[in-house]
Amino acid sequence: MNQPAVSSTFEPWTDPQETPLISFKSVTKKFGTFTAINDVTLDIYRQEFFALLGPSGCGKTTLMRMLGGFETPTEGVITIDGKDMANIPPNKRAVNMMFQSYALFPHLTVRENVAFGLKRDNMPKAQIEERVEEMLNLVQLQNFSQRKPHQISGGQRQRVALARSLAKAPKLLLLDEPLGALDKKLRQDTQFELMDIQEKTGTTFVIVTHDQEEAMTVASRIAVMDHGELIQVETPGRIYESPNSVYVADFIGDVNLIEGNTKPRGDGKTELFWAEGQAPLVAECPHAPDVEARCTFAIRPEKVNISKERPDTQINVVQGKIHDIAYLGNISTYKVELPNGTMVKAQTANNRRLARRDLTWDDDVWLSWTETAGIVLDQ
Amino acid sequence: MRRLTWFNTTSLTLGFAFLYLPMVILIIYSFNESRLVTVWGGFSTKWYGELMKNEAFLDAAVVTLKVAFASSIAATVLGTMAAYVLVRGGRFFGRTLFSGMIYAPLVMPEVITGLSLLLLFISIGLDRGIITIVLAHTTFSMCYVSVVVSSRLVSFDRSVEEAALDLGCTPFDAFRSVTLPIIAPAVISGWLLALTLSLDDLVISSFVAGPSSTTLPIKIFSSVRLGVSPEINALSTILIGLVTIGTISASLASKRAVKKRQQEEQMAEQAA
Amino acid sequence: MNFRRFFLISVPYVWLLILFLIPFGIVLKISLSDTALAIPPYTPTLDLAGGWTSIKEFFSQLDFENFAFLTTDDLYWKSYLSSLKIAFLATFLCLLVGFPIAYGMANAPDEWRPTLMMLVILPFWTSFLIRVYAWMGILSQEGLLNQFLIWLGVIGEPLTILNTNVAVYIGIVYTYCPFMILPIYSTLEKLDGSLLEAGEDLGCSRTTAFWLITVPLSKSGIIAGCFLVFIPALGEFVIPTLLGGSGTLMIGKVLFEEFFSNRDWPVASAVAIVLLLILIIPIVLYQRNEQKMMEAEQ
Repeated sequence: MNQPAVSSTFEPWTDPQETPLISFKSVTKKFGTFTAINDVTLDIYRQEFFALLGPSGCGKTTLMRMLGGFETPTEGVITIDGKDMANIPPNKRAVNMMFQSYALFPHLTVRENVAFGLKRDNMPKAQIEERVEEMLNLVQLQNFSQRKPHQISGGQRQRVALARSLAKAPKLLLLDEPLGALDKKLRQDTQFELMDIQEKTGTTFVIVTHDQEEAMTVASRIAVMDHGELIQVETPGRIYESPNSVYVADFIGDVNLIEGNTKPRGDGKTELFWAEGQAPLVAECPHAPDVEARCTFAIRPEKVNISKERPDTQINVVQGKIHDIAYLGNISTYKVELPNGTMVKAQTANNRRLARRDLTWDDDVWLSWTETAGIVLDQ
Repeated sequence: MRRLTWFNTTSLTLGFAFLYLPMVILIIYSFNESRLVTVWGGFSTKWYGELMKNEAFLDAAVVTLKVAFASSIAATVLGTMAAYVLVRGGRFFGRTLFSGMIYAPLVMPEVITGLSLLLLFISIGLDRGIITIVLAHTTFSMCYVSVVVSSRLVSFDRSVEEAALDLGCTPFDAFRSVTLPIIAPAVISGWLLALTLSLDDLVISSFVAGPSSTTLPIKIFSSVRLGVSPEINALSTILIGLVTIGTISASLASKRAVKKRQQEEQMAEQAA
Repeated sequence: MNFRRFFLISVPYVWLLILFLIPFGIVLKISLSDTALAIPPYTPTLDLAGGWTSIKEFFSQLDFENFAFLTTDDLYWKSYLSSLKIAFLATFLCLLVGFPIAYGMANAPDEWRPTLMMLVILPFWTSFLIRVYAWMGILSQEGLLNQFLIWLGVIGEPLTILNTNVAVYIGIVYTYCPFMILPIYSTLEKLDGSLLEAGEDLGCSRTTAFWLITVPLSKSGIIAGCFLVFIPALGEFVIPTLLGGSGTLMIGKVLFEEFFSNRDWPVASAVAIVLLLILIIPIVLYQRNEQKMMEAEQ
């Protein structure tokens, strides 16, 4: 299985020679007085699996619907393959969309649904047959071609919608929360299937989702959005490990946030004074401000070590008391209360069958982490 | 918890007795031998025979059917167009006036609608007859059709239409190949409603009908003004019978369709 | 595409303009005209061939005489008042009859409800005229109701019910009952049963739970039902004509007679305009209620 997230070869956005497939140039969309999209500039490249991620109402769906031609930007320009898309209606765009509700035609069979777009192109009948067959094979629905949408399961409907939107071999496929209606197990399987299909067909996918795990799994790059603005556009790995803001750090995964005043040390490391009478935290973070400032230190729970005895290192060691334990099977999360009342979560993998019984409620424990484990974020 | 308490049973029994007893009595008395409509003189179907011989009623029935078919079809086309314009038409000049004109006839007293249409026909010099009745019936029933169809249009998933556009349909294509098949049941029930409204209408027809175009309700009305008659009982029984058969079979058919659909959906989920 | 859109909008639009709005304008115009012994029986008639001066003359001849006439002759204002009274009382009676039926339906076992629903809708598809007519045989002097009451021994002499206001009330309640039942049923059906259980759990008796929970939550349905009965009942023509007597004054009947029997078109038109003005208030209130219901659902 190809994991775009770890692929080091596919990074067209780093190549200045590459021309983007889609580009938004200062696009703003207003509905009355409400600004849904605020001055977005973004390039998406061929064969990318691009995810728009954000809470509901952040503008991600509006951004996608502008690509489909269902909304027109109030200001700015959208080009696809170098062509300005203003005034081009949805039916004239080489873009297809998979709708959140699937939007299958209830009065047509699975086969007729898949053939629908091809018939509009006046493709010869034999060719349509062939293409429909190919698509049904791709999503493994050959045996269901004569069924109506209500005669198949939710997961199968999702695949019909996918086959239908891919049938016309669009340059760009838009997926609006494509897996939102499926249950968790099916959703995970389908994520891999989607990636497989994307790779096989070589189509550029843009997916809208509010599920960060889904975005992390499928996407080559993720755009995190909030209030109609792009907050960060990066690969899943970088979004997780080097978020550019408290918002992104908090939105993706679990994080401990500790506020304090920073003081650059000059050797590329930054000290963060977070509580009276406590040693400063030290972080080796290239993006930290080079002047004294009010900042937030962010560290993922799995990067925090927890132990009963004081660890040997002198840096980034704090003492606390276990306030709560959540046993999740594969991992355990400890909520530790520091002397000044701050709560810090630490996670350990349960790699042995018997849970570690030496840590329990109200135990005094030591938390520690390395200098590169966390990052300092400007406020 | 749903439970049939003593109170509920009583109110349902009394309520439905009130709704149905008068009609049941009417039906029973249509088989009365005696001309005296309140005295039972034995079972007979002779009034049905009399009715069949009554040419005035038969003529009126023919006029009524002609009017009902013509006006209900016109009303269905116009009403569906109006519904589409209201729900999907976006903004256009005089939209508020348009929606007002759609809803106003629903609450307008029939005497006023009838009066105003008659005054229009007189002032443009259109002779009163079948044409004027059809025009009048089309106008008020198209509003009912439009309400029925627009409620379906509002409730169905807009993205199905967008999907059609996305797959290359022009807006007109999308309406024809996707929207229309989906709203078809609502269009059909709108048509049935228009048909019934036209078959039933007395007041508006009374205004706009000419001497040569008496409809069945006008005929019935002028005859019952003089009192109860066994022939009218027989005629009413036939009409009630037709409506009952129609309504019950339609409701059974829709019940069966819903059940079949549910079964198929369940099977599909279980198979997955 | 723009041509299609124009076509789609303009066809029903023009139809309604010609067959709804213009006729209404004509009624308004005639209500301001004078009665005349002519064909058509009013004056002035608009003669556009005469140009601007004839249009000016036309407008100068219009006046509110007919409306003034409506206030001087007690037949009219008595009819309006009596129509209002009959419509109000009949609506209230409809609520008394309809609410228990709707309540019973909403609390009936699930598998019964589609059938009960069909039984309420069925009369609606049946001819209105026939349903009114059915009562004529029952309410008459020697009718079944009197026969039954005499057989029971409740009365010795047959009562006069037909051709009185009582018969009109019965007729309105009977024919418009489904309009009351359906909206109330639809609000009661949506009522979450656990609300009543919560009420009882918090110490209400069944009866107080009914008054404190069921009734307030079905308010919008009750209001909708009341307007759906009140509005058509106010302009009713068939029921007072067939079931009412010479003493039954209802404005729909007066308008019909004024127009056909007296051939006084200007006065009939004025009667219509005033009736509409009276109806605007309940219609606006009804629409507000509908909007509230829609908002509540979202």
